Amino acid sequence: MSALTQSTPAAARSDAAPEKELRPPSYWPFVVPALVVVLAIIIFPWVFTIWMSLNEWKVGSPTTFVGFSNYLRLTSDPRFLEAVGHTLVYTVLSVVLPLILGTLSAVVFHQNFAGRGFLRGVFIMPMMATPVAIALVWTMMFHPQLGVLNYLLSLVGIPAQLWVFHPATVIPSLVLVETWQWTPLVMLIVLGGLAAIPTEPYESAQIDGASFWQVFRFITLPLIMPFLFIAGMIRMIDAVKSFDIIFAITQGGPGSASETINIYLYSVAFTYYDLGYGSAIAVVFFLLIVLLAAVMLYARQRMLWTEIASGA
Amino acid sequence: MANHNISRRTLLKGTAAAGALSLTGLPARAEVNWKKYAGTKLEVILAKGPRGDNLQKNIKEFTELTGIQVESEQIPEQQQRQKVVIELTSGRPSFDVVHLSYHVQKRQFEKAGWLADMTPFMKDPTLTAPDLVESDFSAAGLQYAKNDKGQMLSLPWSVDYFILYYNKELFQKKGVAVPKTFDEMIAAAEKLTDPKEGTFGFVGRGLRNANMTLWTNFFLNCGGEFLDAKGNILTDGPEAIEATKIYQTLLTKVAPPGVVGFNWMESMASFTQGRSAMWIDGVGWAPPLEDPAASRVVGKVGYTVVPAGPKGQYSATYGDGIGIAAASKNKEAAYLLCQWVVSKKQGARLLQAGGGVPFRNSILNDPEVQSGVKMPKEWLQSVIDSAKISKLGLPVIIPVAEFRDLVGAAITSTITGTDPATELKKAHEQFRPILERSEKA
Repeated sequence: MSALTQSTPAAARSDAAPEKELRPPSYWPFVVPALVVVLAIIIFPWVFTIWMSLNEWKVGSPTTFVGFSNYLRLTSDPRFLEAVGHTLVYTVLSVVLPLILGTLSAVVFHQNFAGRGFLRGVFIMPMMATPVAIALVWTMMFHPQLGVLNYLLSLVGIPAQLWVFHPATVIPSLVLVETWQWTPLVMLIVLGGLAAIPTEPYESAQIDGASFWQVFRFITLPLIMPFLFIAGMIRMIDAVKSFDIIFAITQGGPGSASETINIYLYSVAFTYYDLGYGSAIAVVFFLLIVLLAAVMLYARQRMLWTEIASGA
Repeated sequence: MANHNISRRTLLKGTAAAGALSLTGLPARAEVNWKKYAGTKLEVILAKGPRGDNLQKNIKEFTELTGIQVESEQIPEQQQRQKVVIELTSGRPSFDVVHLSYHVQKRQFEKAGWLADMTPFMKDPTLTAPDLVESDFSAAGLQYAKNDKGQMLSLPWSVDYFILYYNKELFQKKGVAVPKTFDEMIAAAEKLTDPKEGTFGFVGRGLRNANMTLWTNFFLNCGGEFLDAKGNILTDGPEAIEATKIYQTLLTKVAPPGVVGFNWMESMASFTQGRSAMWIDGVGWAPPLEDPAASRVVGKVGYTVVPAGPKGQYSATYGDGIGIAAASKNKEAAYLLCQWVVSKKQGARLLQAGGGVPFRNSILNDPEVQSGVKMPKEWLQSVIDSAKISKLGLPVIIPVAEFRDLVGAAITSTITGTDPATELKKAHEQFRPILERSEKA
């Protein structure tokens, strides 16, 4: 999460580098407060976390320096490895589904029809609700016997499902909640993109006799790609660190079938009080997020920024 | 919460004994000087629930008796456990008195030395009322409260026995007798299960971690012991496999769908809706079951002890206590509060409301207290009977949470059809090094 917020200003600063030399050195007093804050609330906690990860650090026992043994332990911890897998599956699904559905709904809401403003308002309501409150309501809806979802399925003749109560369906069910909540965000971003597209390409496409699908595939999609990219990035960062919905609905269960890195990290640090090992997980998790963010940033730089610059 | 107003009547009541003795000039043996720490301010951290409610509701009486002001807060159990540990680790906890869950925290607290030793206080007649003696607490309570050296580090407050709740109406409808053994229970549950009607024979905790309190009752009744003499964990032995098979049968064949995600709350919901005929869980759920606003089975619930297994009949026992933070500066005042919390009056109130069962035999066995119990007579009988077959429901080790999570996940996965022996073996391969690390550290 902090990977993004940190890297963007860093990039901005390096762009401004040539200007820096022209300034007199008296700007330092203005930099110091920010520097102190950054040191105190970003750099220090990280250095300390790394330090903790190199120690056997259990609450209630003395700490001992153990080098990289916490990291070695990670490589042979099946729960951690499973958690990495769950995190990836969960992240991919809860990025892709809102992107697809969000784009579709943006295209729909871009049309002119009666009550559009009102329906748009209704559509973005899930985004405004508190995740824990949402989670509790969904938990009730998922209930295999008393929940409304199985009732609705029964109306169309589909047998009752176990939703979050079975290892095979728990992650898709959680993704359903995540998708329901965050599709509107993607919709809003894409809607903004659609509004910015000039009408000329559409007019010429119409003259050339392009089908609806061709228009979407060859005009709309490429032009909104940069916006989809932003939406995808925001979703990815949110999804990979998703905690509240999973914790409130399943706490990582059944068994450990929906235990993501974040949930496991929480258990290790705050239920098992194994701060050293927990810190090692946090460090690895951070590196994973940095890696994902870097890949996305690189891809954006490479493929799209030039396009959007020339397009605009 | 704090109250400075001491009415004449309560003042008289509070000091009646001491007053009478000093007036008559008897060379009395020392009496508890309740007022000695008047003006002291105490902070208490409580886990949310009927115990905490019972304390907060009546705390004025304590302030009237002692002049000690008490600030208390109730926090949901899981969060309370975390907060307490973090604050105690800091060395400067914000509280003097702490409510702890023995089955989770006993070893951890002892090893870290977070609790003050109460033994000297208990021997001091100016601090301890004559009726508060060690021998009054049940064996399980003393086992929980004392460390290896025999020091009392807390006062046992409330005990939780696992019992069998059953729906009399469903039993009658299907002509089923109350089971005395696991075999009978499984047979009964099969008869009672009717998926078309949406009723099931048995419900219980399937959720990882939470399920370990239920599973261990099966384990104990299959003759299981948690640890050998050297402290090695034994929960993957033949008894464990047998217990898991019983558990698996019940939770897959005769339990409502989705039971794999059920904690006590979901199990209770199923039972109070009349959809499950039997439920094994802690004894403290009688009040919601008998509450017409929350339950459809009011007056139809039967209460009895957990059926016998192939090698014994036990009631898995858990409990909470109240202790003094070793870092507290008001230990004596805090001790007076702890003593009041487990006093006969407070204990009787707890039992009578069905909110918990005091560890003190003098309260549980007092006919007058018993006659005031608002829950059905059968419930009280199940409590008394369970006390006789009580056995600690979780191993007394430091990494209880890891144990519950890892082994609990294995047990949960058997509900989705995996093999008990393999799952237990896998879980213990992960758990053994953790246990070793924390006990040897």
